[in-house]
Amino acid sequence: MPDSAPRSPTRRGPAVIVWVIAGVALALLVLPLLAILLSAPWARMPALLVAPETLQALGLSVLTAVISTVLCLVLGIPLAVVLARSVAWPVVPRRVLRAAVTVPLVLPPVVGGLALLLLLGRNGVLGRWLAAVGITIPFTTGAVVIAQTFVAMPFLVFAVEGALRGADRRVELAAASLGASPWKVFRTVTVPLVAPGVAAGAVLCFARALGEFGATITFAGSYPGVTRTLPIASYLASQNDLSQSIALALVLLVVSVGVLLGLRDRWLPGVRG
Amino acid sequence: MSGPASGAPAALIVDLAARHGSFEVMASFHVVAARPLALVGPNGAGKTTVLNALAGHLALERGSILLDGRDIAGLPPEARRIGVVFQDFLLFPHLSVADNVAFGIRMRGTRRAAARAAALPWLERFDLAALAGRYPHELSGGQAQRVALARALAAEPDALLLDEPMASLDVEVRDEVRADLARHLREFSGPTVIVTHSAADVAALASEVVVLEAGAVTQRGSWEALRRTPATPYVARLVREGEG
Repeated sequence: MPDSAPRSPTRRGPAVIVWVIAGVALALLVLPLLAILLSAPWARMPALLVAPETLQALGLSVLTAVISTVLCLVLGIPLAVVLARSVAWPVVPRRVLRAAVTVPLVLPPVVGGLALLLLLGRNGVLGRWLAAVGITIPFTTGAVVIAQTFVAMPFLVFAVEGALRGADRRVELAAASLGASPWKVFRTVTVPLVAPGVAAGAVLCFARALGEFGATITFAGSYPGVTRTLPIASYLASQNDLSQSIALALVLLVVSVGVLLGLRDRWLPGVRG
Repeated sequence: MSGPASGAPAALIVDLAARHGSFEVMASFHVVAARPLALVGPNGAGKTTVLNALAGHLALERGSILLDGRDIAGLPPEARRIGVVFQDFLLFPHLSVADNVAFGIRMRGTRRAAARAAALPWLERFDLAALAGRYPHELSGGQAQRVALARALAAEPDALLLDEPMASLDVEVRDEVRADLARHLREFSGPTVIVTHSAADVAALASEVVVLEAGAVTQRGSWEALRRTPATPYVARLVREGEG
């Protein structure tokens, strides 16, 4: 090849301007977190961390986020299967289904909370029937779980759908020819093949549920020990005691980053590890 | 190996019409044990459609598939007892070689440990014992083919289908792997159908040949008979390829 031949742009690497912009983007993502660390009231931290309100909010947050993640798995995996198969559907129902799953991603969480209130509230479309049989959902821990499940579900569904579409589904045919019933094919082949995607989706789902604020405060309110999760506690604290707010924010940060790092290595070694 | 307990040699009698989109394929042939049949034809002739119909992945338009006297055309794939070796083998990527081979045994209700034990003779027969703990992505093409064949046979099928068994192997290893495959096929006691477009496969692996062109059978007979009197230009080319 002559020296004057143009080299492939991919081999030259990105131009300087791309590096600069990427640096700005990274700074935007990382600097705020650094600011939390720099502003944290480290001397008061031990006391703030074991304060009853902190532990109560942390316990409630972890409990509700775990339940929401389980609910997302139970409800979301079948939905992901349907969504992955919908590529064979006519255009309109296919797009409607995809849009419906995407809605919580693009909807402001407060609007989601309001929508849940209008559906399940005491005078809501379904809520009035539930109230008639003595079931009240809003402003309970159950409402926190429903709000978190609502906002976190798309993360799980899209992660699992991607895994389903990426896996070579023809191995399911091989399993069937070896005598596996459809249920056994699903259990012994399909599920293990998509397990890494399910794990990744569950981690994202848990992180989203843990951080949920807008839909929760609208639909579930902020009752200490009942619906006051860590993000809500942190926000309320920021109104009068900023250092307590920072402490709570740090706890949130540590829990979500810890889950992300811990689960990645344990659950996602990949089937080819 | 498997097969009917006694009586007449196991036979697969096929008389079917199947549809892939707007393309209809009609094929009729019969295969007996120990005389493997090659289903040959150019690309797009309908070979894969016939294979899918036999394996149960595609419903028939009409016709029947008799395997040892019972019509299996209405049965789902898992109830047909037909082993399939797929073109790119389709090994389970999340299972070791041993568990791939044990899969069919497990599906009959055997527990995992017992199924692994029952798979051992198959691993040894196919020279896979040393690879038992490997995963499919760690295997060469020839090794993967042996796993696919062992996996299919360990399920004790009544008949065996092979889809272009050499197509995903490197050219240099084909002759050796083909000779190996021919030896293993001779040991299988049920009817065997090999889908291929390679004259070398036909000559080495099959006793009978059915030629499929544009969705219909154009010639049938032994490879010798085809060589003597090729009925179509395609068969004449195939014969020349086999001699060249």
